[in-house]
Amino acid sequence: MNRYSIFSLIRNSVNYHQDWQRAWRSPEPKKEYDVVIVGGGGHGLATAYYLAKECGITNVAVIEKGWIGGGNTGRNTTIVRSNYLWDESAGIYEHAMKLWENLSTDLNYNVMFSQRGLLHLAHSVHDMQEIGRRGNAIHLNGIDSEFLSPAQVKEMVPFININCRYPVMGALLQKRGGTARHDAVAWGYARAADALGVDIIQNCEVTGFRMENNVVKGVETSRGFIGAKKVGCVVAGNCSVLAEMAGFRLPIESFPLQALVSEPIKPILDCVVMSGSIHAYISQSDKGELVIGAGSDTYNSYSQRGGFNVIEETVGPVVELYPIFSRMKMLRQWGGIVDVTVDRSPLISKTPVDNLFFNCGWGTGGFKATPGSGNVFAHSIARGEMHPIAEPFSINRFNSGALIDEGAAAAVAH
Amino acid sequence: MLVIECPWCGKRDQTEFSCHGEAHIARPLNTEELSEEEWGNYVFFRSNTKGVHYERWVHDHGCRRWFNVARNTHSDHIYGSYKPGEAAPTIDAPDTPEAKS
Ligand SMILES: Cc1cc2nc3c(=O)[nH]c(=O)nc-3n(C[C@H](O)[C@H](O)[C@H](O)COP(=O)(O)OP(=O)(O)OC[C@H]3O[C@@H](n4cnc5c(N)ncnc54)[C@H](O)[C@@H]3O)c2cc1C
Ligand SMILES: [Zn+2]
Repeated sequence: MNRYSIFSLIRNSVNYHQDWQRAWRSPEPKKEYDVVIVGGGGHGLATAYYLAKECGITNVAVIEKGWIGGGNTGRNTTIVRSNYLWDESAGIYEHAMKLWENLSTDLNYNVMFSQRGLLHLAHSVHDMQEIGRRGNAIHLNGIDSEFLSPAQVKEMVPFININCRYPVMGALLQKRGGTARHDAVAWGYARAADALGVDIIQNCEVTGFRMENNVVKGVETSRGFIGAKKVGCVVAGNCSVLAEMAGFRLPIESFPLQALVSEPIKPILDCVVMSGSIHAYISQSDKGELVIGAGSDTYNSYSQRGGFNVIEETVGPVVELYPIFSRMKMLRQWGGIVDVTVDRSPLISKTPVDNLFFNCGWGTGGFKATPGSGNVFAHSIARGEMHPIAEPFSINRFNSGALIDEGAAAAVAH
Repeated sequence: MLVIECPWCGKRDQTEFSCHGEAHIARPLNTEELSEEEWGNYVFFRSNTKGVHYERWVHDHGCRRWFNVARNTHSDHIYGSYKPGEAAPTIDAPDTPEAKS
């Protein structure tokens, strides 16, 4: 792999950028791999990368039914934060945050990680109690968080209407929170994993698992059987479909979640502002578009498009909170299928089938966890035992009752 | 946006209703004998079907009655509604992802 640097940029500009090397190969699948990862989203690609880089397992394939990053990774509003309530969540999201902070260097790929600061607005006494409890819990876990008064919010976002219908009463700020470029995360991990020998196989759908005596032996795909000593399944909204192929059920339901972006405008919003209770999430991309996260539909669906009423319910609060945006045009709107658990925490787990691991249930908010999730999942697959950070997120918690209830911190928040 | 047919009020805009997940999950009767395994499976685990899904809806902003809907979760096509207590209709549409119906 040719390294990207200022020199390679200059060298290639002389040739009118005609000679850039392909970022990753498109190999024919081998007969067998040590590990097959199903799903070429950020989490799957990160898993493959850390398997090769940190676990010494390079005979790995990532099998993706469409194109890499075409699932929720390429559809999300790119918010990154680690201010969750429970210790288990702090464990995984802060692990991810630390990896984010060095990710561009590590991958030699600019993922445009920008710690521009992230505000959670509170609009009621209950919201104030929620951010109070959560802010202090986060603090005890050594993660940065600050309480802001409405005046301080106004100082950060001068055009916000704090006296709106549900007035802004305060906010929780995570300065290390922010955004990253979603596509770059998928591409950066793909390129770095490929350079370490990982095969990235696109346009190849997994249609079944081959199992013998309850041990997985490989995957049936649209391009034939591919053998595997171990399989890691990272397919987000489609996880129940894959689980059914393997003969078990998951405590998950899949819902459409939508987002929309506006026409590009000059820089106006230099942080991320989230409001759980009136449901308005907004940031500005480097291209200048306002990136707005909408809600999820309340019915199960795999259709990758949500209801129009959800857009209306999102745009209303945005305009109430930021009257200055009321005449902006929205350019694009889309949906992704999110895999939601009842406690709003993910599953990183062994399954009833030996050597078959699942990493899913990230629902509406897993982009931020991509590096941490891939990292601990890789170590868990390599060792055959769950990494301590991943351990609490087993499927069994829905039978033992040890739920990790992030309903308030995550709910539909990203 | 979906158009849902309430068995009592007829076809209405989806925003009058709310959806409450998979239908026909019977609460076990021998609750004192259930293991954690069985309780967890009953409370949390779902089919999350890609294809024909039988689900519960309630007409919140109408007659406030509950009923069931058969819908294809891949295409969002609705096959029909039926009242509580009625058997789920058999849908012979293929429930493969390709089912566009
Ligand atoms: C609109 C929207 C906004 C969001 N906003 C945020 C946010 O601001 N911050 C945040 O942290 N999170 C957010 N999320 C959630 C986040 O996008 C996801 O949790 C995360 O991207 C999941 O990554 P993944 O790699 O697990 O899944 P995906 O990126 O969905 O990858 C799964 C891959 O598996 C493939 N696949 C499925 N079935 C098969 C098969 N049978 N064979 C082979 N491949 C298969 C799919 O094609 C897909 O590429 C948002 C999600 C949406 C939809
Ligand atoms: Zn009715």
